[in-house]
Amino acid sequence: MDGFLNLSLEIGFICVVLSVVLAFVRMVKGPSLQDRVVALDFMTVAIVAFCGLAAVRYGTSAFLDVALVLALVGFLATVALARFAERNTFRTRKEADDE
Amino acid sequence: MSDLIAGSLIILGGLFAVIGALGLVRMPDVLIRMHASTKIGTLSTGLILAGCAVVFATPEIIIRVIAIVLFILLTAPIGAHMMGRSVLSTGVPLWKNEDIEPETVEKALRDEHGAPKPDDAT
Repeated sequence: MDGFLNLSLEIGFICVVLSVVLAFVRMVKGPSLQDRVVALDFMTVAIVAFCGLAAVRYGTSAFLDVALVLALVGFLATVALARFAERNTFRTRKEADDE
Repeated sequence: MSDLIAGSLIILGGLFAVIGALGLVRMPDVLIRMHASTKIGTLSTGLILAGCAVVFATPEIIIRVIAIVLFILLTAPIGAHMMGRSVLSTGVPLWKNEDIEPETVEKALRDEHGAPKPDDAT
């Protein structure tokens, strides 16, 4: 493994971790629930990229399996939270109507 | 040579990840943030995983990388669609540019495309 690949791996790690931190800022700030879910979705995708970088850095292909499972779980989390946000408002609206 | 290609792909993917995260932080409302984060996140992950496949260059790694990228390409639009529908149905306040008057946009579009005024349409 030569110098350029090591350097680019370092840069890639720094960029991906920075993007996760920025997404976390949006998740803390986000005015609505949907903002937070979008930030969480982006964080999942960034961590999949991080797993790819770790597979190259440590020379083990097992990180790619981790990435695959993480992509699956992240998609399920996004869908479940989107359904939750939608149904939650229906419920509060219905309660407001009942009162 | 393959290290050069892989390193370039990884750096490009990292830069796109930062750009997407900046869009997520700086953009004014949920739908525009989703526009920034979903597509650029997919692109950056695809580039980084392509770099990973170039480094290893063995069939089982390439198949795994293709599976991951295909899965993300299939699921990211579905998740974004569901989030967008939930945003619209819950009525999250959306951004409106107050600097631009609607009449100005209408006039600019008419000047550019030469469309007839609504009154002239007979």
